[in-house]
Amino acid sequence: MSRFLDLTLNGLANGAIYAAVALSLVLIWRATRILNFAQAGMLMITTFIAWSVIDAGASYWVGFVVALLSGLVLGAVVERVVIRPVEGAPPLNAVIVTLGLLVLLQAAAGMIWGGNPRSFPPAFSIKGYDVGGHTVLFSPFDLFTVLVVAGVLAALTVLFRRTSLGLRMRASAFEPEVARLLGVRVNRMFTVGWALASVAGSLAGVLVAPAVFVAPNAFDSVLVFGFTAAVLGGLESPAGAVVGGLTVGFALSYVSGYAGSSVVTLGALVILVAVLMVRPTGLFAPTQARRV
Amino acid sequence: MATEVETSVRPRSTPRRMLDQTLVRHLAIALAAGLALYLLSQSLSAFDNLQLATMAYYFVAVAGLTVLTGLNGQISLGHGALMAIGAYTAAKLLEGPAWPLALVLVVSTVVTAVAGVLAGAAAARLRGPYLAGATLALAVGLPSIADKFPGFLGAANGISVTPPIPPGSLGATFPLERWQAWITCLAAVIVYVLLANLVRSRFGRSFRAVRDSEVAAELAGLHVARTQVLAFVVSAACAGLAGGLFVVVTQLAAPGAFPLALSVALLTGVILGGLGSLMGAVWGAAALVLIPTWSDDLSKSLSLSTNVQANLALAVYGVVLIAVMLAAPGGLQAAVDRAAGAVTGALRTSNRSRGSGPRLEEEKET
Repeated sequence: MSRFLDLTLNGLANGAIYAAVALSLVLIWRATRILNFAQAGMLMITTFIAWSVIDAGASYWVGFVVALLSGLVLGAVVERVVIRPVEGAPPLNAVIVTLGLLVLLQAAAGMIWGGNPRSFPPAFSIKGYDVGGHTVLFSPFDLFTVLVVAGVLAALTVLFRRTSLGLRMRASAFEPEVARLLGVRVNRMFTVGWALASVAGSLAGVLVAPAVFVAPNAFDSVLVFGFTAAVLGGLESPAGAVVGGLTVGFALSYVSGYAGSSVVTLGALVILVAVLMVRPTGLFAPTQARRV
Repeated sequence: MATEVETSVRPRSTPRRMLDQTLVRHLAIALAAGLALYLLSQSLSAFDNLQLATMAYYFVAVAGLTVLTGLNGQISLGHGALMAIGAYTAAKLLEGPAWPLALVLVVSTVVTAVAGVLAGAAAARLRGPYLAGATLALAVGLPSIADKFPGFLGAANGISVTPPIPPGSLGATFPLERWQAWITCLAAVIVYVLLANLVRSRFGRSFRAVRDSEVAAELAGLHVARTQVLAFVVSAACAGLAGGLFVVVTQLAAPGAFPLALSVALLTGVILGGLGSLMGAVWGAAALVLIPTWSDDLSKSLSLSTNVQANLALAVYGVVLIAVMLAAPGGLQAAVDRAAGAVTGALRTSNRSRGSGPRLEEEKET
């Protein structure tokens, strides 16, 4: 029973990270109807930048802020330079462009930092809390992770529901033509959407880095987990992404604990396929007629 | 379609008439290609023969993916994983009792085709980004099975097999590399003939019909899901054969040989060659072999660091994928066609290329 509890707590922490990745995918999907496969590469680059800053002697928190800021800039630049031309094009084009960007970023990281995994420090201790003589699989750093992701979700909810910027972003995503007529600078809203999503991604990168180490393709599986979470949540709502992330986190924690850690990515594949078989556009997605 | 009917009615006495027939024409091309490859392999060094063999198995995989993505409009980022299935099947069979190599390759093709039925049945329900994401999960997840069964699949070290032995009748000094090139090129030529005929057949037409409009295809009496599964199975079978040939060339099946980068590389080959064109798959496959070789040479001659050298080919793939999609969304083949059409100024040419060209470009115009 205590093992089950341990795995559940571990799943909560991992699920928070997957939720952050899923959030970054969902924000971009909502804004531009593009699934950003390059997210794994973008959060890898920002985590590497943070690693370089920390490695050069700066404190953890400087690296943390640098990661988020570089994510903001990277997201905006990527949208302006390579994504803008394929917005509104057939979905396959955007898929191929983001995939090309993924391998390009991975190659660039390999050229700059090499292929050896680098260890990334956690913000707080990763030694589990001691509860009645038993060390649970939940550390202060895990608590920090869960709180940060909850904070991001809250901030996004406020942004989208309570601010003028959020309203303009929703309008641009929902009805670009009408929004444009009403004076919303739709393209700029798309750029903001990508930048925000990229910040959520870089946050996930910094949070997951102590566990997976930092290497050019270390985050491929995180992308798969995040995608699974986003699809579970229906790709449409930030709250759905968080629910999906936690569900995937719990499920994979049990898979890892009871079936072995080597089959975790396979577990994600099984969950993904099972969900998509039942609902080809995700569990919580509103039913939509396919346009002919 | 109309021309085919006509040719079957007309008398086929002259050689020219014979060449109008699809099967005869493809066999003639295959024969010529086989002869050219035979002569080429005689003159090549051992290293170049290995390159040729590599190109051949890349062609098999890229051609299969071309049928799926170019003709049927389904994207797959999981073909590297399907190659792994073929490769592991071949390696397990070659490890044990002495099976004839041809049989081993056929079995790895069939096994992967069966896996393709499962993957295709799932894929037929998914569209666009969902399909891409699911197949991505396949590419990342499947190779980890090897770690789960270290005894049977050899974990990270994989399974090594002994190289195929050239038959004694070819002489004791016959180089192994040339034999490998022969095996893989023969397989590639066979695949070319089969796929070229498939593309021109009823099945090829239904693949394209489903790609262009599922509703219209359904109205015309096609079973959309069944057609999509069939395209996936054909494509998976090619990937499986390519995996088997991979083992013939490298004598190894290991998880590290089938990373996500391999799936991306295959897609790059398809995009480079132009979606849906089998001839495009030939030079897409050639590019996949030559890009790493050239980028290695380049980084050596510029004495770049090993980090740069190791990643240059990957960077080129990434740039190619982005640049082709931004500059020439129909692939390079379509760009070449369009340039040729502009030069001759023939309206007929541009109309035809619009009719049979890849879908990516057409939709942009509407």
